[in-house]
Order: sequence, then C-alpha cells, then structure tokens
Amino acid sequence: MAPNELHRLYKRPPISDQQKRRELSLRRQEQSRRDAQLQARRLASTLFSLSSSQTLEETSEPDIDLVSEPQPDFQPENESVSSPSDLDLDVRQASKLRGSEARKWFARQLMLPEWMIDVPDRLSHDWLATRSYITTDSRQRNCQCHHFPRLCPACLTASGSCQSYSILDCIFHEMDQTYYVIDMICWRGYSLYDCTAEFRFFWLNSKLAETGACDPPSQYHRYRFSLVPIYTCDQSGLHSAYAGAVPYVKDGLLFYNKHAHYQPGNTPLALVWKDENCSQYVIDTDSKGQVPSQQQVVLELLHDGKLITSDDPPVVFGFLELEFTQKSGLHPGNLLRFSIGNGGLHTVDGKLEKADLHYFGKSNRARAFADSYSKIMFQYSVRHSPLRIDDLVASISSSDDEGNGPSDVEMAV
Amino acid sequence: MEVTQVLLNAQSIDGSVRKHAEDSLKQFQEQDLPLFLISLSQELSNDEKPVESRKLAGLILKNALDAKEQHRKLELVQRWLSLDSTVKTQIKTCLLQTLSSLAPDARSTASQVIAKIAGIELPQKQWPELIVSLLSTIHQLPAHVKQATLETLGYLCEEVSPDVLDQDQVNKVLTAVVQGMNASEGNNDVRLAATRALYNALGFAQVNFSNDMERDYIMRVVCEATLSHEVKIRQAAFECLVSISSSYYEKLVPYIQDIFNITAKAVREDEEAVALQAIEFWSSICDEEIDILEEYGADFIGDSSIPCFYFIKQALPALVPMLLETLLKQEEDQDQDEGAWNIAMAGGTCLGLVARTVGDDIVPLVMPFIEENITKPDWRQREAATYAFGSILEGPSADKLTPIVNVALSFMLTALTNDPNNHVKDTTAWTLGRIFEFLHGSTMDAPIITPTNCQQIIRVLLQSMKDVPNVAEKACGALYFLAQGYEDVGPSSPLTPFVQEIVQSLLTVTHREDAGESRLRTAAYETLNEIVRCSTDETASMVLQLLPVIMMELHNTLEGQKLSSDEREKQGELQGLLCGCLQVIIQKLGSSEPTKYAFLQYADQIMGLFLRVFACRSATVHEEAMLAIGALAYATGSEFAKYMPEFYKYLEMGLQNFEEYQVCAVTVGVVGDICRALEDKILPYCDGIMSQLLKDLSSNQLHRSVKPPIFSCFGDIALAIGESFEKYLMYAMPMLQSAADLSAQTSGADDEMTEYTNTLRNGILEAYSGIFQGFKNSPKTQLLIPYAPHILHFLDSIYMERDMDDLVMKTAIGVLGDLADTLGSNAGSLIQKSVSSRDFLNECLSSEDHLIKESAEWAKLAISRAISTTEAVGLEVVTNSCIITNIFTNICISMELGSDFVTEEWIFKVLQMVGNLLQ
Repeated sequence: MAPNELHRLYKRPPISDQQKRRELSLRRQEQSRRDAQLQARRLASTLFSLSSSQTLEETSEPDIDLVSEPQPDFQPENESVSSPSDLDLDVRQASKLRGSEARKWFARQLMLPEWMIDVPDRLSHDWLATRSYITTDSRQRNCQCHHFPRLCPACLTASGSCQSYSILDCIFHEMDQTYYVIDMICWRGYSLYDCTAEFRFFWLNSKLAETGACDPPSQYHRYRFSLVPIYTCDQSGLHSAYAGAVPYVKDGLLFYNKHAHYQPGNTPLALVWKDENCSQYVIDTDSKGQVPSQQQVVLELLHDGKLITSDDPPVVFGFLELEFTQKSGLHPGNLLRFSIGNGGLHTVDGKLEKADLHYFGKSNRARAFADSYSKIMFQYSVRHSPLRIDDLVASISSSDDEGNGPSDVEMAV
Repeated sequence: MEVTQVLLNAQSIDGSVRKHAEDSLKQFQEQDLPLFLISLSQELSNDEKPVESRKLAGLILKNALDAKEQHRKLELVQRWLSLDSTVKTQIKTCLLQTLSSLAPDARSTASQVIAKIAGIELPQKQWPELIVSLLSTIHQLPAHVKQATLETLGYLCEEVSPDVLDQDQVNKVLTAVVQGMNASEGNNDVRLAATRALYNALGFAQVNFSNDMERDYIMRVVCEATLSHEVKIRQAAFECLVSISSSYYEKLVPYIQDIFNITAKAVREDEEAVALQAIEFWSSICDEEIDILEEYGADFIGDSSIPCFYFIKQALPALVPMLLETLLKQEEDQDQDEGAWNIAMAGGTCLGLVARTVGDDIVPLVMPFIEENITKPDWRQREAATYAFGSILEGPSADKLTPIVNVALSFMLTALTNDPNNHVKDTTAWTLGRIFEFLHGSTMDAPIITPTNCQQIIRVLLQSMKDVPNVAEKACGALYFLAQGYEDVGPSSPLTPFVQEIVQSLLTVTHREDAGESRLRTAAYETLNEIVRCSTDETASMVLQLLPVIMMELHNTLEGQKLSSDEREKQGELQGLLCGCLQVIIQKLGSSEPTKYAFLQYADQIMGLFLRVFACRSATVHEEAMLAIGALAYATGSEFAKYMPEFYKYLEMGLQNFEEYQVCAVTVGVVGDICRALEDKILPYCDGIMSQLLKDLSSNQLHRSVKPPIFSCFGDIALAIGESFEKYLMYAMPMLQSAADLSAQTSGADDEMTEYTNTLRNGILEAYSGIFQGFKNSPKTQLLIPYAPHILHFLDSIYMERDMDDLVMKTAIGVLGDLADTLGSNAGSLIQKSVSSRDFLNECLSSEDHLIKESAEWAKLAISRAISTTEAVGLEVVTNSCIITNIFTNICISMELGSDFVTEEWIFKVLQMVGNLLQ
C-alpha cells in the first residue's frame, strides 16, 4: 500500500528539453514519412495509369517508345541510366528517364490546358490569369512537347541529395537558354498540388527569386530561370498580355481559373487561346512546316476499332473496321493521323455527332498522346469561325459593367 | 541445512559470511525449490525464530513470486503455478498462520506474500476460499490479527485488478474495511490498517459508490477518519479523499462543502504531512476540472463524459486565501534541495492549477496579496508575493494579465538584480520565465517585450547567469522562453543583436565549477538548444560557428582515461547534453540548403565523434547520439551510406535495448530516417534490421509503446527497397495480420487502451501503405493479392468500431487507395464487394480534416481507376473465399508462400508477439 507521496513539479516546465528533442525528431520523421508516402502516391501513380490505361488491355507491356533521341537538357550529370522497363519510379528516378519515356512520364504529371472554344462565364471574375506561350522550335507543333524540360533545382545545384525536391512547370527557350517558369507543382518537398492557381503564382514569384535561380548562370546551374509575367485579367491586363513585348516568342495566351488546384492531365480550368497577332502557329503545320489544306488530327486506336481523343474520359471521334486495322498492321494504342474531310465536324448542342475522318497514316513516334477534343475543336474553329480577341475583350467589359467592383482577376503574358 | 542461521548470516556485516550465506541459499533454491520455499514459509511462521530471520525468509519468498522486469515476473508466475498443489497449500497455510503472530514484522511480511500469491492465483480462479477465510472470523479476532488481516486485504487490492473479484467478494472486503475504519474501532493500528486498505480498495468500489446509501456511509467514515487523534490515520484518510476526488469526481456534490471545511482546517492547523494531502485534494479536483473543461473546449460531446461541477469556481473566495497563507510557510534553502516538497510549494502549485481552472477570476483575488507583500522587508513576504504572481500566469487571459505584467516587469528585473535574498531572486527569475512562456510570442496582441526593454531584460538575465547556481539556472530558463517567443518571428529577430553574447554567456555557464549544482549545466545547454532552434538566417553563421565548438567539447569528454564510476556517470551526462545540442544544430542547419552545404563539411567528423560516444556505452548518451544520427542521416541523404559499415552494429545494439525502451524507440525511428536517406542502398542491412525488428515485436521485455513504431518502420523499409521486400513478406504479413486482429478485439476497452489500439492500428496501416507503395508497378504485386481480403476486412472493422482517431482515419483511407493503386483491377472487385469501403470513403471525403480529405481524394482516384480497369478488362478476380480472421489462417498463408521458412518456432513467435503486444 504505497502511501500517496505525490510531489508535483515545482518550478519546472512539464516537458523537458530532452522530451522536446524527442518529440521534434518524431515530428520530423512523421513529416518525412508522409512526404515519402505522398511522393510515392502522387508521382508514381500516373505510371500505373500509363501501364493500365484502356489501350493496354491486351498488351501486358506498356507501349514504350524506345526511339533514341537526343537527351533532354534536364538530366542530372552523374546519375546512371535506369532500366527503361522499370516503371516503379519516383520523381528522382524519373529524372533519369530518357526520350519519349521521360516525355510520357512527365507529361502525365502536368496540367495541360484545354483549348478555348468558348469564352468562359465570368472570365474577369473567376478566371485568373492569362499568359503567353512560348515556342522553342518551329518544327515542334505540339505544344505539350514544350513542357518537357522540367527540372529539379536540387539536382541543378549539384545537391548530394534530392531529399527535398521541387517540380516546376516550365518551358525551355533555346534562344536565350532560359527556362520560363509557368507554374510550380512542388517546392522543396512541399506539394502545391492542392493550392489554388492564385497561391501557386504568388509562391512561385516569392520563392524562385530567393534561390538565386533567376541569377545569371553559374557552374551550379547551367541555365537561367525566368518568370513569365502575370497580369490581372482586366482590360489593360488583357491588352498587355496580348500586345506587350516579351523577350521570347509568344505563342498565344493562357488563362487560369484562379480557384483551380493543380491537376495533372487535361483540364478545362486552364485554357489556351491564340490568334495570328500573338502566335506564329495558329493553324497547325505539318512535319514540313506547311499548313496543310485540310485539318489534321491525331487519335488513338482502341482494340474495338474506336478512335479516341486524349481526354479523360475520351471522346470517340470515329471508328475503324477490324479488317482495315489488320490489313494496315495497326494495333490498339497506336496514334493515328487523320485529315478532316469536307464533311467537317458536326456538333449538336455542343456534342460531337459526326466527323468526316480520312486515314492518313501513323503519327510521328515522338507523340505521346492523341489530340484533345478541345484542340481539335479549336483548330476546326480557327479554320472556320475563329474566336477573336474582340470577343474576349467584349466578355471582360460586359462583366466589368455588371460587377462594378475592381477586378480581382489576374493574367499573365 | 540450518535455515535460520543462514538467513541471519545473510544479513551479517561481514562480507564474506554474507556471501557464503547467500551462496548457500542460492544453492538450496536451485537444488530443491519446493523444499526451499516451504522452509522459508515455515521460518516465517515460526514464533520461536528471531524476527530478523523471519523477515528475510518472507522477503526471499516474496521475491520468488514477483520481479520488476516483466519477463522475469512471468517466469516466476509460471514457476509458482507449476508447483505441486500440496506444496503450495503447505506454504499458504504457514502464511495465514503467521497473520496471528505477535511479531508485527512477521505479520506484515506475511501479508505481502499472501497478496503476491493472490495476485498470481486469483486471476487463475485458484485459491477461491482466500477472502472468505480471511474475513469469516474477523469480528472475533484479537486486534493484532485484525490489523494483519486488513493489511493483507489492502495489499491484495493493490495486487489484483478489480475484475478479478466478484461483487459479493468486493462487498465483503469493503464492509470489513469500512468497519475497521469506523470511529467506534478503539484500536488505532486496526483503524490505520483499515484506512490504508480502503485506499487500495477504492478502485473496487464502483458499484458501491453508485449506491447513495453505501457511498454516504463510506464518505462519512472517511471524513470522520480525517478527524482522528492519530496523525497517520488522518493522513491516510486524506489520501483516500484525494483518490476519491479523481476516481469519483462526479459523486462529490453532496460532500464538497464538508470536505472544504475539513481540508481548510487541516491546511491551517494540522501537521505538514496531513496538510499536504489536504492541499493535494484541491489540486486533484483542479486536474479533473481542467481535463473536463479541455474536453468541453474541444467540443467533444461523448455520452460518457463527466460534467463539470465547477467546484473550484465555487470554492474560489475561500480557497484562494487559504492557499495564499501557505505561501508564507517557506523553508530556508528549499531551492537548493532537489527533493524538497513542503506546504508552501504545494500551496503555490495548487494556486497555479486553480488559475488554470478558473482563468481571469483568480486575478482580483490574488492581486491584493501581491501588492501588500511584494515590498515588505521580510523576504518571506516578498517571495510569497512573487511566487503567487508567477503561479497565476498560466490560465487567465493575456488581456487580463498584460497590463499587470507591464507594470511588474521592471520591478521584477530590479528585484532579480538587487534583492538580497537568493530565494526571492530564484522565484523572481522563475516568474520572468513564466511571463515569457505564457505572455510573449508572435500570437500576442500586445507585446510584453519591446525594442525599449529587450536589451535591459537580456542584460539582467545574462548578469543573473553569474549568480548562485539555483538563480542562474532559473535565469537560463527565463532566457529559454524569451527565445522561444521569437521562434516564428520571421527572417529578422529582435534577438539577433544579442545572440553572440548570449551564446558566449551560456558556454561560460557550462564551464562554471559549480555547474553541476541545481542542474545548471543542463539548463544552460537546453537554453543554447532553444537559441539554435530559434535562430534565423541572420544568425545562421553563428550557429555554424557554434558547431565546431560543441564538437570540441564532445571530443574533450572522450579524452579522459580511467574514470571512477562517479566520473563516468558525469561524463555520460555531459555527452548526452552535447549530443543533444549537436542534434539540434544538425537539424537546424540541415533544414535550409545554404547552411546544409556549409554543415556537411563537418559530417564525417561529427559521425566519428558519435561512433566514439557509442563506444563509451551509456544509455542516455546512446539515446541522444542516436537521435542526433537520425538528424544527420536526414541532412546527408544518400551520402550516409558511407557510415553504415561502422554504424550498423550500434544500430543493432539500439534495437536490442529492451530495458531502456526509449533507446529502442529512438533507434526504430532512426531506421526510418536511414531508409529515407539511403533508399535501396539500405538493402544490404535489411536482413539484420528486419530480423531484429521481428525479435523486438515478439519480445515480452520490450515496452509495448515501441511496437507500433516498429510496424511503421516495416513500411519505411518497404518503401525504400521496393519489391526487394518480397523476402520479408512471409514474416511481416502474419505479424501485421495478427496485430490487426488483436487491435480489433481490444477496442471498446478504457481510454488508455483505445489510445494504444489506435497507435497500433496506425503503425499497422503505415506498414501496409509502405509495402503496397513499395511494390507498385512491380511484376511481383500479385504476391500481395492474398493479403488484400484481410486488409479490407481490417479496414471494415476499424470503420465499424467507430473509435478511430483522425490519424488512423487518414492512414486507413490512404491504405485503401494504396491497395487499389498497386493491385489495380485485382483490388477493384474486392473493394466493390467490401462491406464499408464506400461509406468509409464518403465519410473521409466529407471530413473537415485537411489531411483526411487529402488521403481520401487520393484513394478515390486510385479506386476509381482500379474499378474502371476491372470493368474494362472484365477479369474474373478471385474473390475472397474466406475472410481471414484468425492467427492460424494468417500463418497458413505464409506457409503457402514459403513453407520452407515456416517452422514451429516461427508460429510460436507470432503467437508470442500477439501475446506481448498488449503488455
């Protein structure tokens, strides 16, 4: 029977510094575990979808393009090349991937804007940003390709460890050897996926400068980083974005819904728009740089002969007979090029009813995806009844009139 | 063998005689245990024998039944249970006889041994007649036997848990005890034994306390006992009241006024031992109400939660003056005595708890006392006033306290510099620390510390660090909280201009000759740690300069040779402090890129020092160095691989340290750090680590709190090495499954068990998460398919139990996603068929907790993908023909997977793990 000889703490804090050290260590470990877990989930999960997308039902191996290509600029210097068949990757491993495999992998991580077919409601209220697009190479007509040079600043600065990595969405501009950063997905291990576009741009602006990445190149970073200017999406902002001078070749404007989180894949919450004034490449060109007389589209072949876009869920544009596919040696998963005949595209209430497709051949092997629905429709409208800058301006001024208040929308060029 | 003589010799002052006797006893025990135990019990019961030999016989007997170490204790229990029943009966008879002995020591020893045997046998439903045989004749017994019987009951209640006795037995015990306590009992020894027995028996009285009449009776008897003429009885009765205040808080309404009256009288008039318990009663009521009000604040609306009766608030006008009076009863030099505990300390502590309970209301009741006494010539009055002020700084709002503190601050600074009395200075420095702890920080609307007074405050504190050790220690403490308040102040800290001087002063303190007194050196290093933790980019260079200084200090501790055991202990302590400091520095410098590179040039040297510290082998150092190494691994990343060959053996030693479970726990965490740093480069060490972790799980010696982190560590390893985890699946999975089943069974127990169950679940789930993510996109994912049904069943059971905490919810829904993500179509149909996956997911999706929502959205994505592929592929997934719910089936799975490895020993290990998980 122990008598109650309770001595309470006298002039002592209830938690000792030693206990505090233990707890802080535990917290750091928990945070690291969570980061590792999130990283595994978020970044590698798209690989899974690559290998198990609808097109691959009958092929156990994902259709990986092993064309040897010049190595992209973002490779870390001292890492060995991992086996391309090893799909169990995280971003650090993925940074070792080469060629179209890397292209596929990273493209899956990216938010891909849809093409603006209609002016969205409340453009100046809920739609936050526009910014111009840069082309790096006139032969590369698929805008998605320009996204690929991504990099990890930790690798750039010759870090021994990529414990905390950053992922930037940027475009490499060959002429001035600069990466133009258009978005930030992950900063020093802190994920910005769940943050609104508004916040991401704020963070991007404030953090990138801190690292010195915008400074002239040194031995630790071969290339300069630069921010793409962001404008408020009012009359003058739109004007600056549309007509303002930039050190790079513009290729259209990008609009971001300011409430939207970063979402890998095609999203209607980011939109691209262009006309002849702000882009050299309004109408797609063919491999020789010529504008073809008929619009060309790239679609993906399914095992049942359906031809689909890269959207999720995909839009079915047409159908190939089994006999024809066998005869032409086509396989499910192939990306096929078609031209749109005089029959054009028929839509009823915004839904595609009928498309006059003519088979053209297999697409360039560098392609990772089929065209998206919005891209096809945009290209179609450019050739027939384009959406003009006046339409955008009109939309903003009409909603300004309604809103009366100052515009809280941002825009980038 | 002449037992008596040997027992007497074993207590001889002559070392060689003693040694010889001890050896003979040991030999006797090894040769013939039953006879040995019988001989001892006979010795104890024999009134002809000397008391000394009888006492020692009883003590050895007691030690043959119980041990501190859990595994040794279990061995002894088994050993006793396996003795021949005639032997046991013979021993018990002797013991019961001894209760009638005229020698008080013999009776008391026998009581304890009987209780130990009861503690072993009653849970086994053996010795059912014990209680009845003790109590049947209690009314006719002579006083000394009655006293021994009651004492036995008291020890018995301490040994066995309440569910072992049925209500009828409880009623009998309580009746005997309460009657023994009654004022009508003329014999003080009997009454004291009964009162002490009640203290232990209170835990058995749930039912009786729910009955108004029985409770009234018990409370009346206890209160009467507080008025006994015998001080020990009064003290024991107040101890009962303290215990009642926490166990039966909600039953106290009818008695609280009377209890206040008797406690107030005791605090003012009674002897200190009694007064301390009377104060403790109110401290304990504060504890209860603080807990309840905290639950109210967290707007937790549990059905079983106890309402607050606001006893403290109601008693406040009388309670506070009573406590203030106690503050004037200080002892001289109490601050120099580590173990001191007196009425002034207890009163001030209680005042602090009252302030936390009632908040602002206490301030007007205490302020007049402070104002009246703080300038008095008698140091007692100044100290009491200061102590009262320091005590009420936690609880009341900043709005209420800030204006007062603004006035008091400069007075305090002057007192700390000029007051002639050490005691006053000690309390003043402590009060300053409390001011900074509770009223200074970035969340405060009106800052206490301004650019105008900051310099003066720091100057006074640095000056006080040269004062006597106890005052200097409090000054370090105040500086600690001063720094802490600037923790998240941003890139530019008001502390910056002073950091250099502060660091220098603290280092000087650590070198003081008398730094060993009043834990001054510890306080100085702890404050240094806090300064480092709160450093900003502006002061990063100073932290970097501090690094080689601390390294040199650590290096110096390694140079000493041939230390005495006392010196060795001091060296170990100092190494612990230095390793702790290095850990904090590493963590700080490692957290930003520029400082990390500057720091990494020292990594090799630091690691070399840590390895040498390990070689010195002292447990506390071990832990601190281990923590520091975790931080180092985090900072160095994959570079850490080069230290592994040398470090590995210490890692293993850490994992084997069952006794100091904190060391083991810390090491498990470091394994996680290393996994993340090395990734697949940890593979060569995984066999050793995994086998040690599995041993840890099966161990009955290792504290249970370490086991959930071990499961999480499985996940860390799997995530690091990916499909190479394959070879451990057959070991890890049955462990996980069995632990999962166990956690499903234990839910619904008390709060503590629910908390542990949730920690366990979280560990298990983190393991699954890591394993699934580790195997993702591997051709070997099909190895995981057989486990999926059980995991889904586990998730169902967690969901249905409805006692999971947010963390478990987050991890659980994440596992659902991981399972879908990795198994794809194979998981799709299983998930669709599972009982509650959909509801669970929907609930998590609508959760307000950001982390849960995040995990749920991920899971939703992964599941929808898995399900859509299921449909497209049209695969007929093998459905779970059986939901695996017991351990044996789990083991069968591992047999299918690799029958070569599943031995009986292995099955035994799993069973052992399950058995020990809850101990």
